[in-house]
Amino acid sequence: MLQIPLWRKVIIWAVVVLGLVLALPNAFYSRVEQANDARAEIETLGATPERLAAASRWPDWLPSGLVNLGLDLRGGAHLLAEVQVEDVYESRLNGIWPALRDGLRDARDTVGTIRRIDEGGAELRVRISRPEGLPRALEIARGLSQPVSSVAGLGAQSLAVSGAQTGDSAVVTITLSPEEQAASDDRTVRQSLEIIRRRVDEVGTREPTIQRQGEDRILIQVPGIGSATELKNLIGTTAQLTFNPVISRSADATAAGPGEVVYPSLDEAGVYYVLERTPVVTGEELVDAQPSFDQNGRPAVTFRFNPTGARAFGDYTAANIGSPFAIVLDEEVISAPVIQSAIPGGTGIITGSFTVEQSTELAVLLRAGALPAELSFLEERTIGPELGQDSIDAGRLACIVAFVAVLIVMAASYGLFGVFANIALIINVGLIFGLLSLIGATLTLPGIAGIVLTIGMAVDANVLVFERIREELKTARGPSRAISLGYERALSAIVDANITTFIIATILFTLGSGPVRGFAVTLGLGILTSVFTAIFVTRVIIAMWFERRRPKTVEV
Amino acid sequence: MRLKLVPDNVDFDWFKHARLTLGASVVAIVLSIVAWAVMGLNFGIDFQGGTTIRTQSEQAVDVGAYRAAIEPLDLGDVAISEVFDPTFGENVHRAMIRVQAQEGAQSVQEETLARLEAALQEIEPSLQFLSVESVGPKVSGELIQTAILAVLASLGAILVYIWLRFEWQFSVGAVAALFHDVILTIGIFSILQIRFDLATIAAVLTIIGYSINDTVVIFDRLRENLIKYKKRDLRDVMNLSVNETLSRTVMTSGTTLIALVALLVLGGEVIRGFVFAITWGVVVGTYSSVFVAKNIVLFLGVNRDGNDKDRKDDNPFANVET
Repeated sequence: MLQIPLWRKVIIWAVVVLGLVLALPNAFYSRVEQANDARAEIETLGATPERLAAASRWPDWLPSGLVNLGLDLRGGAHLLAEVQVEDVYESRLNGIWPALRDGLRDARDTVGTIRRIDEGGAELRVRISRPEGLPRALEIARGLSQPVSSVAGLGAQSLAVSGAQTGDSAVVTITLSPEEQAASDDRTVRQSLEIIRRRVDEVGTREPTIQRQGEDRILIQVPGIGSATELKNLIGTTAQLTFNPVISRSADATAAGPGEVVYPSLDEAGVYYVLERTPVVTGEELVDAQPSFDQNGRPAVTFRFNPTGARAFGDYTAANIGSPFAIVLDEEVISAPVIQSAIPGGTGIITGSFTVEQSTELAVLLRAGALPAELSFLEERTIGPELGQDSIDAGRLACIVAFVAVLIVMAASYGLFGVFANIALIINVGLIFGLLSLIGATLTLPGIAGIVLTIGMAVDANVLVFERIREELKTARGPSRAISLGYERALSAIVDANITTFIIATILFTLGSGPVRGFAVTLGLGILTSVFTAIFVTRVIIAMWFERRRPKTVEV
Repeated sequence: MRLKLVPDNVDFDWFKHARLTLGASVVAIVLSIVAWAVMGLNFGIDFQGGTTIRTQSEQAVDVGAYRAAIEPLDLGDVAISEVFDPTFGENVHRAMIRVQAQEGAQSVQEETLARLEAALQEIEPSLQFLSVESVGPKVSGELIQTAILAVLASLGAILVYIWLRFEWQFSVGAVAALFHDVILTIGIFSILQIRFDLATIAAVLTIIGYSINDTVVIFDRLRENLIKYKKRDLRDVMNLSVNETLSRTVMTSGTTLIALVALLVLGGEVIRGFVFAITWGVVVGTYSSVFVAKNIVLFLGVNRDGNDKDRKDDNPFANVET
């Protein structure tokens, strides 16, 4: 019959109240947002009277989770970057070149003279003058290989070494093995992700989204930033700092021999430096960089290496006093000072013609670490805040109008039962917002459309039940029996109809991204809450009304 | 006084004009496919790559002047259109500029954007860029694949679900109705040349979800009535089922359409295409549930062996081999 055990009533109302309390902060959006920001600031920066005042505007015993607004509602920038993971192969191979060179030199009697003949890229090729020394050369090269340190590449070696005889000489070719490439790609993307996150965090915007997508892509969404270009500048497509030995200074941009590179000077037009391709130390070994001033009072950047970097830098400077070395940033030579004395402590200073802003920016870039590989941008979107506000206003108005219209139609069609359904519908929308806040979901413009659509469709389950009750009233013995039969018999249609829609929402969520995903979330949650409110909430309301009134006849 | 959209005890023969409705559906599908083949779809940058810029100015939009400013940049195909919306204020004029993906570039080209913005700002200093969106060809190619995959996966999942819950004839009928809805939606987008982008795909999937919802309610009643009236003609039982659920069909479609029309009129121009697709889909989906899905089930016939029926209720897999 219609009676519902007390414990079930309690649970149903408890869920409703919990959902509505969770939704409550969204009704006071800006106040709660300010209070949350103030609390976060107190946590990190310490309390000030203003912050405490702002924090106290929302009581801390109430939930303070808000529905995040998507970029299309708040404005901001969206970037989809692809990490050029192959870039790293070259520097990895450059890294083993000195050891390989030394190893082959030690075996000079067997392999003859050696010469690096590749032009960079994902292959390291060395020509040896004695073909009969090839097995020995291969052995030396293989000796530099290490086991791959990833789970997937367990048991594999890091280097793939092959040799070929050409006439009276032989060539040893070294590449990274496929397992090592996979491990390296993964590391590169994770490193890039971390560095991007640190750089975005430095400017402290609210709730940036920085996510890995697929194998080698990174999605970056920053609300409140002016444009995608600004965001790209912040991330810095590359900020590779290296220290390379200088071979010569020239006016010719094409003077590179094997194992050498030519980079232009940053501040002297038409001046090029020929450098050794393999750097002495790279920016990855930096632990700190700060803007400062040199002894002449010009802006400069001081830096400090980690122990490995400090040792390499100290050894090199000790061995090469009197010769110049270049500080290279993003393939441009910032300066090429002559080494005056050994620098053992691992600290140094970069001088050049900087402005104060430039030196500060450079220090930030260096401190955050260089991106290990270049990023290319596959997608970029800038949404202005005005457009977002327009969308929120329009969406809110549409929601209210749709809501009121549906409430009127329901009440007109089903009378008292329609009013019950309307109460459930209001609870339903509250629950959607409560769930969205609880899981920290992001509301997008299509998401608002999803809510409006849910308002229209949420009545469906109630309509199914009410229509069924009407039918049962014609045949069943009493109103109480008709009502419970109506619920019972409408259930299979409600379940089937909503499961199919839920399947669609799941597929949308899995395959979609950004706004589409936001739509899928509201649609899916809307299905859950509307089934809950239709099956349980209206039923409890009707049961309570029935118990109190005990009507002889019911009109639905 | 109650609002009654459907009178009590309707007794309407839904197959009376079966030829007409079938003909109408076939013609509509053929028209849609022809329009799709001949006129093509107005793909947004999500699927084609390129750049969309939304501008706002205080002066009225002069499409010719915009075009003249962009022409010297040699960017290939450029489409400029003024955007109207009842919610705009007095001195608000918006335009939408679309530039094709630049040749040979897999990613987004920053300097092209910068030049474009500078050129436009020169002729219209009050010009604001409300949004600038750029998608590289590499991503747009993948997005098309994902979109097709999403639609097929949805249809497949529904085919299987209905098959498990009902019988295979029902599942064929339901999916045929969904195809009908999807193709008609693509058709209207092609005929009206409305921008077809990722949001449209989301709309198409929503239509699939809505339409199947409607179909399932009728099927559910049909299943129940088939057990109740074992001796009655399948056609009669179908009519009965549709008539019994008609009030619900009209009510739910009605409230959904009320909500959607509110959104269509007041929701702003940014999502108008998306909302239009769903609104269209609700109309077409309701039609197809009543006229397409069950006609196909009637055509295929249903196994009404009594014993089989009883078993089926306990075990949804019992009829799989029929």
